[in-house]
Amino acid sequence: MKYTLLLSFILLTFPLNAQNLNDLMAAESNDGPQSVEALFKATRVINGHSVKQLKKGELDFRISHRFGRVNSGPYEFFGLDQSNIHLSLEYGLLDKLMVGIGRGTFEKTIDAFARYNIANQQTGVGAFPITISYLSTIETIGLKWSDPTRTNYFSSRLSFTHQLLLARKFSKLSVQLMPTLVHRNLTPTVMDPNDLFAMGFAGRYKLTNRLAVTGEYYYVVRPIPQRTTTKFYNPLSLGFDIETGGHVFQIVITNSQGMREGSFIGKTNGSWLNGDIHIGFNISRVFTLDSKTKR
Amino acid sequence: MNKRFFWLTISLALSISVSAQNRFFTKTGHIDFFSHTAVEDIKAVNDQVTSFLDIATGEMIFSVLSRSFQFPKPLMQEHFNENYMESEKFPKASFAGKIADLKAVDFTKPGKYQVKVSGKLTIHGVTKDVETIGELSVVGTDKIDGTSVFSVKPEDYDIRIPSVVKANFAESMKVTVQMNYQLYISKK
Repeated sequence: MKYTLLLSFILLTFPLNAQNLNDLMAAESNDGPQSVEALFKATRVINGHSVKQLKKGELDFRISHRFGRVNSGPYEFFGLDQSNIHLSLEYGLLDKLMVGIGRGTFEKTIDAFARYNIANQQTGVGAFPITISYLSTIETIGLKWSDPTRTNYFSSRLSFTHQLLLARKFSKLSVQLMPTLVHRNLTPTVMDPNDLFAMGFAGRYKLTNRLAVTGEYYYVVRPIPQRTTTKFYNPLSLGFDIETGGHVFQIVITNSQGMREGSFIGKTNGSWLNGDIHIGFNISRVFTLDSKTKR
Repeated sequence: MNKRFFWLTISLALSISVSAQNRFFTKTGHIDFFSHTAVEDIKAVNDQVTSFLDIATGEMIFSVLSRSFQFPKPLMQEHFNENYMESEKFPKASFAGKIADLKAVDFTKPGKYQVKVSGKLTIHGVTKDVETIGELSVVGTDKIDGTSVFSVKPEDYDIRIPSVVKANFAESMKVTVQMNYQLYISKK
């Protein structure tokens, strides 16, 4: 009988003591998976795309600049006398879909792209491990025909890129893999393959909340030995990301002159070992045209 | 045997009823903060705040996911999480406190009651003692609304604002809390 009373007493007090508000809170705030944001600060790692997506209604105006080669000597002021510019306007049509158009002085290209964010890395229970995006681009070379006497087709100016972006953020470090296919309708010589496969590797390490180091390398599969007159190299680029409000400023060094997939994957003819290095920068300015309050 | 059963049943019934009558909660509480300067107005809204209120003891507890704050500009939201709140390191802000003058509130009688609340506010991993005045309005036996307005200084919580953008932020943010509590019925 005594024990029963004791048991009853314990039972009486049990729910109050065992379940304090903190326990209840832990039970109720069982939040589902949360997507991981800001794997990269800008939509480009350096030359190539990153998984950073423009959200719906965001307009990104980008100015990219590459100087000449550092090894061109004092006459060219170590490359700073020459310049090569790419301008582009990019826009988030949906939170998951962004498009862009651009103009580059290198080979006088006009280009356009669309990128779709397929999945996002998440944290929490049942989280998806990586962020996946798909990029499709088209580029037209605007140079005068090298041989105007033969029949030239507009389609010969075109090249296309298809790329998957697979990225994961580990706290301060973000890494990205980019399996890529570049198709050129016309190549400079018959020795050049029309289809180029490449595997890109990129990374970012955050030094502070607003400063990061970045790197990007594409391994391009080419016939060995290369049978073309110009020797092509794999593009390797290193950079610094500096963020100030709506701007992202990227200072870079790279062996590639072009700033679009067709050019830097297909036509990088500078070698790091020979000192064919270009200093350059990208500036990104994001404007919010369609804010949520207006929707 | 019968007597034992009787006692057990009574205490079980009591324990259930006691726990079921004094806890109120919400998962869709509203918190917003507002900063006004000559340069720009910043406002963010969070409608997914979880909170419990125990009317027997006066205890209150809030849990707020930083990521659930919605900003008009997506870039602002990213900066809020990445540069200021560091939401990956500190995913939640929380408050645990007590109503100081609980006796002033008659939970059986619908009406509005001013209360003093004090407790510990944790933002960005920094915990501070805070005190504020709120209003409880008893709507029914199973519904209580709670509101409060107070201000929070980012620098008190180790949230650093670089000098370049300092002009865009008010020194203290006006925080508005609105909770619509329902009687909490344990799922167990």
